[in-house]
Amino acid sequence: MAYDSFQILKSTVVPLPIENVDTDQIIPARFLKATERKGFGDNLFRDWRYNRDGSQKSDFVLNNNIYSGKILVGEYNFGSGSSREHAAWAVYDYGFRCIVSSFFADIFRNNCLNIGVLPVQVSRDFLKIIFDEVEKNPKTVLVINLPAQEIKISSTKTLETFEINSYKKENMLNGYDDIDYLNNIKAEIIDFAINTPF
Amino acid sequence: MKKTLFDKVWDSHVVKSIDNGPDVLFIDRHMVHEVTSPVAFLGLKNRKLKVLYPERTFATADHNTPTINQHLPVRDSLSRNQLKALEKNARDHQISYWGLGHQKNGIVHVIGPEYGITQPGATIVCGDSHTSTHGAFGAIAFGIGTSEVEMVLSTQCIMQPKPKKMLITINGTLNYGVTPKDIALFIISKLSTSGATGYFVEYAGKVFRDLTMEGRMTVCNLSIEMGARGGMIAPDKKTYEYIKDREFTPKGSSWNKAMDYWETLYTDKDAKFDKEIIFDGSEIDPMITFGTNPGMGISITKVIPNAKDFEASSATYAKSLAYMGFSEGESMIGKQIDYVFIGSCTNGRIEDFRAFANIIKGHKRANNVTAWLVPGSHKVLNAIKEEGLLEIFENAEFKLREPGCSACLAMNDDKIPPGKYAVSTSNRNFEGRQGPGARTLLASPLVAAAAAITGMITDPRTLI
Ligand code: SF4
Repeated sequence: MAYDSFQILKSTVVPLPIENVDTDQIIPARFLKATERKGFGDNLFRDWRYNRDGSQKSDFVLNNNIYSGKILVGEYNFGSGSSREHAAWAVYDYGFRCIVSSFFADIFRNNCLNIGVLPVQVSRDFLKIIFDEVEKNPKTVLVINLPAQEIKISSTKTLETFEINSYKKENMLNGYDDIDYLNNIKAEIIDFAINTPF
Repeated sequence: MKKTLFDKVWDSHVVKSIDNGPDVLFIDRHMVHEVTSPVAFLGLKNRKLKVLYPERTFATADHNTPTINQHLPVRDSLSRNQLKALEKNARDHQISYWGLGHQKNGIVHVIGPEYGITQPGATIVCGDSHTSTHGAFGAIAFGIGTSEVEMVLSTQCIMQPKPKKMLITINGTLNYGVTPKDIALFIISKLSTSGATGYFVEYAGKVFRDLTMEGRMTVCNLSIEMGARGGMIAPDKKTYEYIKDREFTPKGSSWNKAMDYWETLYTDKDAKFDKEIIFDGSEIDPMITFGTNPGMGISITKVIPNAKDFEASSATYAKSLAYMGFSEGESMIGKQIDYVFIGSCTNGRIEDFRAFANIIKGHKRANNVTAWLVPGSHKVLNAIKEEGLLEIFENAEFKLREPGCSACLAMNDDKIPPGKYAVSTSNRNFEGRQGPGARTLLASPLVAAAAAITGMITDPRTLI
């Protein structure tokens, strides 16, 4: 098993209502120098979170202890930019297991699914409702039900369904990853390779 | 069934399709660098896996490397560790490694084409999103995450659903002073940074046919900046001429066999795309960005647009302008700048240095400008010397550095200081991309050159 299985997640949220959040903000390049997957959570949103002298920026949401939880609620086009999986690792290592947004960048979404962070894409309207609820009550709880592919605001019972392909869903539910799958069909791959032109 | 270029290459690489799931896609060529690979190699070790086809993977050091005194030990201990890790991993797994100081060393997407690793009809991946560069040759090429690097190392496959297909056609003739970089920045400004998310793009039409291979690489390189997985251009005579006789391209009868295949690589008439977009070449001017993503670009002579003309919310837009220290309605021309960076896998090839030299010849670097000229590879560096460009640079008081990614992502010492403005030929103007607090203006080598000698944003057409 590559990561913990994901079933139903019930949690308060951290809201980040900024569009086009790119991977250089999620984890700046100068923190990509590790040779092990360790400690990336400390540098999640580093330059929004800390001043240059290392002190916390009080106006950034991760430094505001009213907000906490395992769900990060982002805005449109979340995770644009580079292919660095370190961005997804930073999100995971910080303690988030799910990101909610109305639109995700491709590679980032894929990287999240590969390491056990569930990207949940909702409509723009539903996203607005979530942000409004969280503004009214910072302790708003979301329920992410992966088996039912459902996201629900606990207090108001407002809900929406979300898409995930059945293969990836199965992986998330069981904590399997593609590496396991591919290594199990290696014989087929070797057969295929014999006939490739390159 | 009528097929697009993309369909032809993708479909011929599908080992297996999973119902309501991804395709298992066979990868012909895999490029590896020091930053996104160590955890993948560690994964192999933990799972007790071997590299299945070491001869299909090529490793180089570029992201983290210094661009001066490359013959000395790397000072930064973390960078040094990453470089050492790659060297060891390559040795342990019998992967070819062109490390720091090696004559074939350079930016991963510059050296792939230079040595003929990049070929039409191939699938090429690398743990770097600008792998899309290789699409210029009619290859399917895209960036992957580290988990996928591990998949490719151990099984030579990744698992991805087939993306949708987009066709971008530009016919007509380009205006004077308009370069491939401007074409790309123009398209991204029209589509936004998410306009092609979920798609793989094919570029077609006279404007792309007329481009050199290097120009096509610049355009395909920037496909990712509109959210696309990648972009590609059907191979033609120019493609074959470029790759012929390079180290890894087929020779003799294998070349003929390969040509038979390559000549089938075009989009069939009446093949269907999910989305088609058409522009005319004459619409495009020299471009520059004013904000904090590559979609925030305008013609260099225009003023900074109002928030309401942009897709993002006004709060996001205001945050971006505040970071840049700009206001709505301001003119870009005449703005003072501090740094110029020419290089990266977007504009670090010989043609880019020729264009730069063309403008600065007979001028001097402006006193207020620090300029970093960083070739994409040793091959480019050598050509700069052989063609006499170095002399032009030196006469104009510019120094040349050694190859690497450098200020494109500022992982080494080449960082733009906080608050300073840099005209950069690279690909991303995100907050802090070129160093914490750095303010990046993306532009072509011509615009960079004009800024370098005048010290401010200048329309290069006034200097040619
Ligand atoms: S030059 Fe920039 S975009 Fe290109 S490979 Fe290096 S870091 Fe990536």
